[in-house]
Amino acid sequence: MAHADLLSSEPLTHPDPQPFVIAGREFRSRLMVGTGKYASNAQMIEAIEASGAEVVTVAVRRVDLDRSKDEAILHHLDPDHFFLLANTAGCYSAADAIRYARLAQAAGFNEWVKLEVIGDQQTLLPDTEGLLQATKVLADDGFKVLAYTNDDLITALKLEQAGAVAVMPLASPIGSGLGMLNPFAIRTIKQRLSVPVIVDAGVGTASDACIVMEQGVDGILMNTGIAAAQDPVRMASAMRSAVEAGRHAYLAGRMPRREVAVPSSPTTGMVGS
Amino acid sequence: MMGTAVADAQIALVVNGAERRVPAGSSLADLLAGLKLDPRIVVIEHNGTILRDRAAFASVPLSADDNLEIVHFVGGG
Repeated sequence: MAHADLLSSEPLTHPDPQPFVIAGREFRSRLMVGTGKYASNAQMIEAIEASGAEVVTVAVRRVDLDRSKDEAILHHLDPDHFFLLANTAGCYSAADAIRYARLAQAAGFNEWVKLEVIGDQQTLLPDTEGLLQATKVLADDGFKVLAYTNDDLITALKLEQAGAVAVMPLASPIGSGLGMLNPFAIRTIKQRLSVPVIVDAGVGTASDACIVMEQGVDGILMNTGIAAAQDPVRMASAMRSAVEAGRHAYLAGRMPRREVAVPSSPTTGMVGS
Repeated sequence: MMGTAVADAQIALVVNGAERRVPAGSSLADLLAGLKLDPRIVVIEHNGTILRDRAAFASVPLSADDNLEIVHFVGGG
């Protein structure tokens, strides 16, 4: 294996004092990853292993009855090792998203869904009205809804009230790799919500992930940032380190910013004084 | 009964948006077997109703003009 060096899982020297819990279930990693856009299933599995992720997202699509492609992902992902989180990507209405969530549930793994109701093809920004509607219906129906949304506080609060078990504001648009565009908005959402806040979409490289975690959010979900890297397996490992580093930096509490220099070495005892 | 004529009779279904013909009297399990699909990794919506009991696929009869959606999990973010 080309990346055997990346697959070690050394325990952290200072473990996270807070477990990562969503809807009463504890997860072993704050990094969640998608399974789309990989060059091969083998590469996808190697990258997911290197990321250390437990939650792995999948999409629901028609089976290609002519079998021109091997798209079925369950041949490659062990549901005992990964927590499969189905998404409703590609849905442009609450009704469609609800239908996809129910199809995914019927696969028999869990009643969790990463709910997306997209409002615009160019930006893939959420249709927050449809999202709220679908969240309410699915939460009332017993689903654990993780709602992909924009970085708007009011929508995030309404999603929580509608029964979402986690709110997933974007760092920047899906697949853009632009990193976090509005740290203030992300911090505000985290401060005001009781349910976990998991930043979803927009992370382009490890520093983006680190900065997101430094805002104090509970986790990150990413796909393209890993899958579209030149070396996805190595980037998955970098993302794992970055999420852990950002989490520790947040817990440690950064030094105050100053606009003047403060020497680190003693100013007394200089030779010749 | 009409002998061999019945055995040869076919009905037309819509499966994943396209017409597909199966022998009259086929069950859902027969259709899946014909498509070489593993029932354990697909989810089926039959005329708008999601079928939750895979063990019962063999006893789901197919009728002319039935609409089936056969989906599975693929890579996604």
